[in-house]
Amino acid sequence: MTGLLSLTTFAPLLGVAAILVLRLFARSDDEKTVSAGKWIALVTTLATLALSILLVAEFDPANPGFQFAEDANWFAGLHYRMGVDGISILFVLLTAFLMPICIAASWKSIETRVLEYMIAFLVLETLVIGVFCALDLVLFYAFFEFGLVPMFLIIGIWGGKRRVYAAYKFFLYTLLGSVLMLAAILGMIGVAGTSSIPELMVYKFDPALQTWLWLAFFASFAVKMPMWPVHTWLPDAHVEAPTAGSVILAGILLKMGGYGLLRFSLPMFPQASEFFTPLVFAMSVIAIIYTSLVAFRQTDIKKLIAYSSVAHMGFVTMGIFSGNEAGVQGAIFQMLSHGVIASALFLCVGVVYDRMHTREIAFYGGLVNRMPWYAAVFMLFTMGNVGLPGTSGFVGEILTMTGAYGVSTWTAIFAATGVILSAVYALSLYRRVIFGELTNPALAEIGDLDWREVAIFAPLIASTLYLGIYPAAIFDLTQASVDNLVALYSAAIGA
Amino acid sequence: MTFSADLALAGPELTLAIAALVLLVFGAFAPRATTMMTLGSIAALAIAAYYAAFGTQGRGFAGGLVADDASAFSQVAIFIASAIAIPLGQKWFAQRGVRNFEFPVLILLAALGMAMMVSAGDLISLYIGVELQSLALYVLAAMHRDDAKASEAGLKYFVLGALSSGMLLYGASLIYGFAGSTKFDEIAVAVQSGAGTGVLFGLVFLICGLAFKVSAAPFHMWTPDVYEGAPTPVVAFFAGAPKLAAMVLFARALSEGFSGASAQWGQVLVIIALLSIGVGAFAGLAQSNLKRLWAYSSIANVGYAVLGLASGTAEGVQAMFVFMVLYMVDVTGFFACLSALSRAGKPMETIEDMAGLMKERPGIALAMTAFSLSALGLPPFSGFWAKFYVFKAAINSGLGVAAVIGLVGSVVAAFYYLRLIKVMWFDGGVGGTDRPPVGAKTIAIAAALFSFPLVLGALVFIDPLAKAAAAAFGLA
Repeated sequence: MTGLLSLTTFAPLLGVAAILVLRLFARSDDEKTVSAGKWIALVTTLATLALSILLVAEFDPANPGFQFAEDANWFAGLHYRMGVDGISILFVLLTAFLMPICIAASWKSIETRVLEYMIAFLVLETLVIGVFCALDLVLFYAFFEFGLVPMFLIIGIWGGKRRVYAAYKFFLYTLLGSVLMLAAILGMIGVAGTSSIPELMVYKFDPALQTWLWLAFFASFAVKMPMWPVHTWLPDAHVEAPTAGSVILAGILLKMGGYGLLRFSLPMFPQASEFFTPLVFAMSVIAIIYTSLVAFRQTDIKKLIAYSSVAHMGFVTMGIFSGNEAGVQGAIFQMLSHGVIASALFLCVGVVYDRMHTREIAFYGGLVNRMPWYAAVFMLFTMGNVGLPGTSGFVGEILTMTGAYGVSTWTAIFAATGVILSAVYALSLYRRVIFGELTNPALAEIGDLDWREVAIFAPLIASTLYLGIYPAAIFDLTQASVDNLVALYSAAIGA
Repeated sequence: MTFSADLALAGPELTLAIAALVLLVFGAFAPRATTMMTLGSIAALAIAAYYAAFGTQGRGFAGGLVADDASAFSQVAIFIASAIAIPLGQKWFAQRGVRNFEFPVLILLAALGMAMMVSAGDLISLYIGVELQSLALYVLAAMHRDDAKASEAGLKYFVLGALSSGMLLYGASLIYGFAGSTKFDEIAVAVQSGAGTGVLFGLVFLICGLAFKVSAAPFHMWTPDVYEGAPTPVVAFFAGAPKLAAMVLFARALSEGFSGASAQWGQVLVIIALLSIGVGAFAGLAQSNLKRLWAYSSIANVGYAVLGLASGTAEGVQAMFVFMVLYMVDVTGFFACLSALSRAGKPMETIEDMAGLMKERPGIALAMTAFSLSALGLPPFSGFWAKFYVFKAAINSGLGVAAVIGLVGSVVAAFYYLRLIKVMWFDGGVGGTDRPPVGAKTIAIAAALFSFPLVLGALVFIDPLAKAAAAAFGLA
C-alpha cells in the first residue's frame, strides 16, 4: 500500500490543524476548549498508533529491502523518498506507542498553554516518525534537525526552574553535532551524485574520505545518543523537562542516534566503522561504568535515571559496532526495550512529582506503606532497568555483550560489570524511595495510582513482560534486514 | 544593432524611468493622492517585471547593457520586493504624519538603479547603476526628517557610501587603464592574455567597493548604525533587494570580466565570506536592539552568499541567486514584523520589548519565530535551503574547510536567534502592544508562510530559473 507511510507520518499534523481551527473559533482558553484540545491530541495519537500497527501487520518480514516505498521528484536532484525496513519499522511503532502515553501523562500536570503543548507533541511525533521513514539524506536531515524546535519549546516553556539553561544547552549541543553531519551529507551528495539512502548504502566511498564522513556523522549521533563525554546535556534536559518531555527524550529521541549509526555509519562507511570500533568500544565501556557510578551518587531521582540512560545506551553502541548479528539485534532490542522501560521510569517519577513537586530522593521513603500498587509498578521497571531475566531489559544486554564478546573479550567483560553497577544504583534508589518507615510527615496523605495512571502503565507493563518472555516477536521482524546489513558490512571489511 | 533594438532591450529600465518622472510631476501637483501614487508605481513595477521576464534578450548599447536570464531573474525579484516596499512604507509614514509623495518615486528610482546594476555590461553602466540606487537609498534612509536618528543614519550612509563609490571608481579607472577597455568581455580578453598586477590591483578596489555595498566584513561598519536609525519599512526594503542587485553585479563583473583571474578573486572572496560570517555571528551576540541584531545577521548572511560566489563555479552562482532571493523574503518579512509592532505608540525595537509576544500577538510572534529559525538555517525553513545550496557548491569546489567554518559560525549565531525565540515564547510580557496595522501584518505573515511551507514548492520553480540565470555568466 503506497501512501500509508506518508499518512502515518503526517497524521499527527491533522490533529495540529484541528487544534488550530479549534483555537481560532473558540477564541479563548476556557476549560472546554482545553479539554477538547486534549481529546483531539489523544485521538490523533491513537489513530497514528492504529496506522502504525497496520503498517507492521502489512510488513513482509522476509523482505530485507525497503517497503511501502514512496518516491517523488523534488528539486535540485532531491527526492521525497520514504520507506521502512526491518530496522526502522519498530521505531515507528515505538514512537506511535509512546505518544498517546505522553499525552495521557500530561493530562493533569500541564496547566498552562495546554493547546500549544499538544501541538508541540504532535509536531514532534510527525518529525520523529519522519526521521525513521526518510530515505533521502536531506529529507532525513530536515526531520532530524527540526525535531530540536518542539523539544526546545517543551523544555523551555513547561520545564522546571533552570529550564532556559537546559533548553539552550540541549539545542546548541545537538545543533553543533548536526551541522557537521550536514557538511558530510553535502560532501556525500557531491561525491556520489545522489542523496538516496538505499543507493548510498551500496555506494563504495573511498576509505580516506570515509574516515571524515564517519567522524562527522558520529559527532551528530554521539551527541544524540548521548555517548560519554558529550552526554552532559542529557541530565540537564531530563531534569528540567516536564514528565512527558522526558519520556519522549529517553524513549524516542535518543534512539535516533542509534538508528543513525545503524542506517548510515555501518553500511555506508564500513571501513571507517571497523577502524573506529576500538574507540567506540572504549567510549561505550566508559559510558557504562562511569555513568553508572555517577548515577549512584545522584540525589535527584530524574537525574539518576538520566545517567542510567547514558549507561544503557553504552550497550547499544557496543552492540552496533560489534558488527555481528547478535550485537546488532541486541542493540535494536536494547533500544526498544529501553524506550519502554526508561519511559516507564520517568513516568514513575512523574507520579510522585505530580503529588509532591519534588524529586529529591531524600524527601521520599516508605512510599510502599501508602502506595502499594505504585511500589509494585516501580519494582517491575526497576528490575527491567537492572536487566532481570524475564523482563525485556535482560535480552538486549545479554545479546549486545555476546556480540561484543566475539569481537573484543575485554570490552564484554568490562561491560558486564555495568550490569552489576546498574543493580547497585537502581536497587538503592528503590530502597530509599519505596522501603523503610514513612518518616516524612508531608507524605502522610499521598495517594496511590488513580485509574488514569493505571491505564498509562498497563501497556508499558505488558510490553516489558511480553518482550522479556517472547523476544522473538521483535527478532522475527528485524531478522532479514539485520542479516542483510551484517552480510554487507562483513563483506566490505573482508571479515 | 540598431538604436530601436537597443531600446527594446532596455524595456524594464525605460518603463521605470518614465514612470518615476511622470509620478514625480503628478505628485508635485497632487501631493495628497498617495493611493494613486502607490497604485501607479506598483503598476509601473509590474509592467517592468513583465518586460524583464518576457522581453527580448541580448546585448545592447555597445555592450553596456545586457538582457539575459540572469538580469531577468534578478529584475523580477527586485521589482516584486520594491512593489511590496511601497505600501509598507506609505502606511508607516502616513501613521507618523509624514506625507512624502516622493517615497514611491524614490523606490522606483532605486529599483531603476538596481535594474541597471544587474544588467550592466561594462564598468560605466555598473557605476551609474550603483550610484543611482545608492543616492535614492540615502534619501530614503533620511526620509523621516524630524527624527534625529534617521537623519544621522542617512548622513552616515551617505558619507560611507560615497567613500565606497570612490573606491569603486578608483578600481574601475585602474582596470580601464591597464586593460584598455571598460567592457567586461574585452577586459576578460585582456586578463586572459596576462594583463598583470595593474588589473588585479583595480580588481581588488572594485571588490572592496562592492563589498561595501553588500555590507560584507571588513566593510560592514555602516550597517548596524544605518539599520538602527533608518525608518523600519525602509530597512525592510534596503536590507533585501539592493543586496541582491549588488551580489548579482558582483557575480557578473567577476565571472564575465575576470574569469581568467578566478583563483585570485576566489581567495579574496573566501576571506571576505569567512570574516563576514564570523563578525555577524560574534558581534551579534552583544546586541540588544533587534534592528542592529538583524544588521549583524545580514552581514553573516551576505558572507554565506559570498561564499557561494567564491566557489567560482556555475553551481556557486546559482547558490548565490537562490540564497539572495530566499534571504530577501525573510528579511523583508522580519522588518515588516518590526514595523507592525509598537507599544503605546512607541516602536518596539529591543529584544526585551518582545517579552511574552507569543501570548499577545501570536500571529506576528509566529512569523518572527519562523524568520529566526530560517536565519538560523534550520530545516525545513527557507534559510536552510539557501545555505544548503551555498554549502553544497562550496564543498563541491573544494572549499570544504571554509564550509565547515561557516557551518560552525551558524551555530554561534544560533544563540542570538534562540534568545529572541526564548524571549517571545518563554518570558512573561508587560502587555499593551498596539493593534498591528493590517498591511504590515499581512506582508509579514505572507513572508513567513513563504519561509515555510511555501518554499518547499517554490524551490521547484526557483531552482531551474536560478540555474539558467547562473548559466548566463558562462562559468563552468
